[in-house]
Amino acid sequence: MKNFQIIRALSSASAVTSISKESSAKFIAGGTNLVDLMKKNVVAPDKLVDITALDLKKIEFLNGKVSIGALAKNSQVAEDTSIKEKHPLLALALAAGASQQIRHMATVGGNMLQKTRCSYFYNTDMPCNKRAPKSGCGAIGGSNRMHAIFGASESCIAVHPSDMCVALAALDATVLVEGPKGKRQIKFSDFHRLPGNTPEKDNTLLDKELITSVEIPDNNFTKNVHYLKVRDRSSYAFALVSVAAALDIQNNTIVNARLAMGGVAHKPWRLTESEDFLKGKTISETTFKEAANLAMKGAKSYGDNDFKLTLAPNAIVEALTIASSK
Amino acid sequence: MSKTSNINRVDGFAKVTGTATYSAEYKTPGVVYACLVGSTIAKGKIKAIDTKKAEWAPGVLAVITHLNVDKPVGYQKAKDKHNFGQPLQIFKDDSILYYDQPIALVIADTFERMQYAKSLIKAEYIKEEHSTELKKAADKEKKVETDKGNDYHRGEHDGYKNAEVVFEAEYTIPTEVHNPMELANIIAKWEGNKPILYTKSQGVEGTRRSVGEVFGIPPADVEVTSEYLGGAFGMGLHTWPYEIAALIGAKKLNRPVKLVLHREQMFTNVGFRPYTIQKMGLGATKAGKLTGLTHEAVAMTSSYEDFMEGTVNMSRFIYDCSNVSTRYRIVPLDTCTPIWMRGPGEATGSFALESAMDEMAYKLNLDPIEFRKINYAEKDLEQNKPWSSKYLLECYEGGMERIGWKNRKNEPGSVKEGNWLVGYGMGTGTFGCYRSATAVKAKFLPDGNLVLQCSVNDMGPGTATMMTAIGAEITGLPAENVIIEMGKSGLPKGPTQGGSATTSSVGSAVHDSCNLLVSKVIGLAAENPVFKGIPITDLTFGNGVISSTKDSSKTVSLATLMSANKPENFEVENQSKANDEAKKYSIYSFSVHFVKVLVNPNLGKIRLAHVVSCADIGTVINQKTSAGQMYGGAVGGIGMGLMEALEIDHRFGRPINNNFADYHVPVNADIEKQEVFFVNKKDPVSNPMGTKGLGETALVGMAPAIANAVFNATGKRVRDLPITLDKIIETVKV
Repeated sequence: MKNFQIIRALSSASAVTSISKESSAKFIAGGTNLVDLMKKNVVAPDKLVDITALDLKKIEFLNGKVSIGALAKNSQVAEDTSIKEKHPLLALALAAGASQQIRHMATVGGNMLQKTRCSYFYNTDMPCNKRAPKSGCGAIGGSNRMHAIFGASESCIAVHPSDMCVALAALDATVLVEGPKGKRQIKFSDFHRLPGNTPEKDNTLLDKELITSVEIPDNNFTKNVHYLKVRDRSSYAFALVSVAAALDIQNNTIVNARLAMGGVAHKPWRLTESEDFLKGKTISETTFKEAANLAMKGAKSYGDNDFKLTLAPNAIVEALTIASSK
Repeated sequence: MSKTSNINRVDGFAKVTGTATYSAEYKTPGVVYACLVGSTIAKGKIKAIDTKKAEWAPGVLAVITHLNVDKPVGYQKAKDKHNFGQPLQIFKDDSILYYDQPIALVIADTFERMQYAKSLIKAEYIKEEHSTELKKAADKEKKVETDKGNDYHRGEHDGYKNAEVVFEAEYTIPTEVHNPMELANIIAKWEGNKPILYTKSQGVEGTRRSVGEVFGIPPADVEVTSEYLGGAFGMGLHTWPYEIAALIGAKKLNRPVKLVLHREQMFTNVGFRPYTIQKMGLGATKAGKLTGLTHEAVAMTSSYEDFMEGTVNMSRFIYDCSNVSTRYRIVPLDTCTPIWMRGPGEATGSFALESAMDEMAYKLNLDPIEFRKINYAEKDLEQNKPWSSKYLLECYEGGMERIGWKNRKNEPGSVKEGNWLVGYGMGTGTFGCYRSATAVKAKFLPDGNLVLQCSVNDMGPGTATMMTAIGAEITGLPAENVIIEMGKSGLPKGPTQGGSATTSSVGSAVHDSCNLLVSKVIGLAAENPVFKGIPITDLTFGNGVISSTKDSSKTVSLATLMSANKPENFEVENQSKANDEAKKYSIYSFSVHFVKVLVNPNLGKIRLAHVVSCADIGTVINQKTSAGQMYGGAVGGIGMGLMEALEIDHRFGRPINNNFADYHVPVNADIEKQEVFFVNKKDPVSNPMGTKGLGETALVGMAPAIANAVFNATGKRVRDLPITLDKIIETVKV
């Protein structure tokens, strides 16, 4: 790790101003990912702007939506009684992530900005287009058990590791940001991006923009929801495949459905075609299987992750079955 | 061993309150900080190494490479000193033998400046083609040129092939790493020509010999402290290049140097359980009597050192079989040398043997336990000796009852709980009981406390607690009055901690020295006028008082006795070793692991609903520490069965999952219910206490128990560990 300067910002505006002065400066909040990356020389900022003093920690229930401050801790949101009641899918996804210790440190904004867990990205001796553009993708032809089956490119097959974001994608959240050019809103589904030829860009944040909050519109997904995380051990492991399933069921008929997957793409992977298919259908295993098959269109595997082509649809059926039987 | 059989871990309080001092924590005035820079290629030569920027960086005191190192005199000596530490001679020349091999030592005045300077070192290499994949290097297979490396045959060679029922299969285990919580670490300094080390070692005396060998000084001149270890699992059995590097650095600067390996370096530089491919051949009659058993293993080693372990040994004696063949071969690869990892070769071997036994039982349509009972060995056919004691059948019975074996159906996939497929499996483990010559000093202090001294260290099993229990039992003192001094050179010589031999070796020495001390005290007391006319055989010692067994009113306190005699009259240093009687017997511990799994075949999810581990380890000295050791060993076996594998990208010869987020070991949530039990019957010949050893056998047999349970649940036989979910779900390539 090289020497760096750290300053503490007292308002969002001053945070943005401070960071704008240095090209390699970064915001730091919980630091659960950035500090690791700095220790490994994957990133080497000259300056850190500590934003933990900003007033962005509140969870507020407003008219028609909830606003979650970017600095709210993962554990704070997961354990919030009203979140559990109104957006149980989000609480479940958060509780499935990382470990209790990490959830106590990690913030909502930081969770969204966490880097892929691809080993080639973390090892500076390895090729990786995301870390070092044009150096090649180590995972293609290499070890790719954790990697993408949707939306990958020849440049990058890494996946976004978050659980929380899978739920936020399913819940049609909106991201509020503040930058040198002022404030703006980004639809959650547009926030993370596919790798294409520029895998070094994980998301659509502009340079020096700061996430201030995330908003979730009110919905009816309070009962029949499930977050299924399939992983190599029962805790503290990233998802091989995860499914966020939310159903609005009335009289055994699916009125509305939301489905998103984690561990399968460079971004939380929303399954809109499957959602549309489910709407109006009665609950049955056959329906769930058809929805799962629809979700698999265009899937492509890379060797070590061939099993995801079977696991992913199975996980969708399992998540829908559990959600519908709650 | 009644009163003391359940005492608390004597160092528990110090450990949980942080007052126990681990090697890198010793307060050393003037200490400076060092780290190792690793090579980024797996094989070749260093073409150039640029250390200038690092040398000019603030706070840097030295950068040592092969170009400027003062080579220790031992580097000139003969190569084949396998007993003397790790033969890779750090900074000897420009050759690169494995990825992350240390190429430079950076020393700075602070940890942060050292870390920064490390990032400034750049090397250029002449790459050579490397070989890190065992399966692709089988043509380099060779025998180990020692007696242990010879093939073994009993009866007809590969006699299994002529049996009524023949079973053959191949089993694979990947590389596993020890990675104890405490990183490999050392503080090294010199006083004149004498090195002083605080280091993570499983054997103080072994470290003295290795360091003495490298620097050309007598072992007696090497001072080693290794008082507490935060786990080791075998990686502390070698003296590693990083320890020599710290000593080289300390000598150059004439200052104490602290070097703690980075977690990533724990995956590349301090040994591992070697990737091993095993072939099993079993032959039996239709009724289930084994008539032939062949066990072959091909395991990796490094390019510069032959390493072998007892992978095929268990197959020679655990079952009654007249035709047995075993072979062991090694394949040199471009990696660091492997080192014994808990349950060393036996754990690897039992995965193949006990999986094959399960597969054969299915082939014969026999219950796996029934099949094993048919082939129960009444004596050790390998050594042709009777067992000293063997309560394996009691382990089977106890385990079957606790796991609910009666609910098992031989037909795979035929038992369900809700949507979960239920499977039961078991695997047998064993490990030899060894005892080495050990010296212990026992002495009474004027305040009545008993001090026990031995240079042995305690890597976690509870050695100090065991010593306390035995010392307290014999002297009749409360455990609180026993003081243990261990893990330091200069104390009476103890063994290296490994091979489940510590209690047998050190416990026996404590036992003998304490008995001699008690006799000495009684001898002194007999001269006291109080006991005039009372024969010495009527005197007894307990809790600081000598009394007559015939007349309890006649007593002399130890304090009185000590005030009238010189302190040296109240100490005994004695060396204990195995007696000849023990050589007439085959002495082994036995364990059986039972597992009940619940499997979701759609997700490949395996739940460990219940795990039961039973062991015949002779006398149990301490229920708490023994149970702790058995739980831990079983969890290690669960990791081996379900999760652990060091993954290498062979294109680069580099590890992929060299961190704790990606290299998985079990967490609490993985094991829903776990229990252990011991037969707890004294072995009549092993040693004075009748113990047999636990640490290794605690792990042996767990991995096959899981594989067998998974088969019973799903009908899927997984012969390559670990059993990850992708091996359970049907994989369809689109």
